Amino acid sequence: MNCQQAKPLIDAYADGELEASAILELEQHLHGCPACAAALRNVQNLKQALKQDAFYFTAPAELERRIRAQLPASVNAVPQRSGWISNWNWLTTAMSGAFAVCLALLVGVTLSRSSPEQALTREVVSSHIRSLIPGHTLDVVSTDQHTVKPWFNGKVDFSPPVKNLAAQEFPLVGGRLDYLNGRNVAALVFQRHKHVINLFVWPASVKAFGPSASAPLRGFNVIHWSDGQMNFWAVSDLNQSELMEFVRDFAAGKTVGP
Amino acid sequence: MPHLDAAYNLARWLAGNDHDAQDVAQEATLRAFKFFGSFRGGNARAWLLSIVRNTFYTWLRKNRPAEKIVSIDDEMLEIEDSSANAQPVHPSFADAGAVRRAIAELPVEFREIVILREMEGFSYKEIAELAGVPIGTVMSRLARARKLLQKRLAAEFTPEAQK
Repeated sequence: MNCQQAKPLIDAYADGELEASAILELEQHLHGCPACAAALRNVQNLKQALKQDAFYFTAPAELERRIRAQLPASVNAVPQRSGWISNWNWLTTAMSGAFAVCLALLVGVTLSRSSPEQALTREVVSSHIRSLIPGHTLDVVSTDQHTVKPWFNGKVDFSPPVKNLAAQEFPLVGGRLDYLNGRNVAALVFQRHKHVINLFVWPASVKAFGPSASAPLRGFNVIHWSDGQMNFWAVSDLNQSELMEFVRDFAAGKTVGP
Repeated sequence: MPHLDAAYNLARWLAGNDHDAQDVAQEATLRAFKFFGSFRGGNARAWLLSIVRNTFYTWLRKNRPAEKIVSIDDEMLEIEDSSANAQPVHPSFADAGAVRRAIAELPVEFREIVILREMEGFSYKEIAELAGVPIGTVMSRLARARKLLQKRLAAEFTPEAQK
């Protein structure tokens, strides 16, 4: 792990939100990197500085009185008579009960986290949506793969395969640096008619596997695969069969030489 | 009343003063009471705070339409990476007043993430659900907020940085 990979993990590490596998790698890096270790200490110091009771505003008594005054009369009925069945007390009981359940759930929260693939699908779709904001789609505007590929030199620590699929009616329109899955990734941007396709690429840590379509999310289709060297995540508002066509064309297309 | 402190604390940090915070917390609590039927179980405090949050943003649009809300464009700007040479922020240096000012000066959508994480102790996932944003956004806002706080506090307390 290098600094570029370690930096984005430091906050999650300080918050105890990093996965076990990443913790080991990060700790190894921190051990030998004074700059990242200092960045971690800064985050830890800051967290400590923020955790002072003095910063927590407790509700003024007046607020509770104001709220009670607004509640229906039945809720504020004499406690002895309506007792725990009064709406407000029922809410109180239910909410504290729910809170207790929640505490119990917190213990097991790691078990209920969504799968990494679902989480990544959401990230991919979010990045895609962000990229559609005018002016954010492209960092390098070029239909020439020989311009787009070298542009990534020095911006990512790998060389993404860049192909122009104009002949298949998926012309390359450019590229962009993006951030996914805790690392910098290359985003290649293609178009079909007015539809934008983002293809996110970063080095694979898994064996090659064929295209796998995620359940459509917020109207976007996501297909990912790996060629054993790179992970590919394609996302677009194209329908799934057209996006799959793109995926096949890309996988079959010729790469620019190194 | 359960979680009224949490509701008020969030409203107070978002609105910036007691009067508006009480209005927001009151409206949110009454709304929570009214819509308790729609509570699907889970964390009642998170549920109430999501109502406080929605109530606040509605209130903000109506009462302070000029207040700057972080746009995605702003969020995407590269954070100046000064962590390598940043002055360490020592809690002993940071007197409460300065820390409070630094938090209060954060853009509101960063501020809420800091409050939910550091004061309420919610997980990234809970914050993402509560605020209706992706976990990646929670992480990037939190990281950016911390960088801004570090910069602010370093500027206040490190003579070298005051030049």
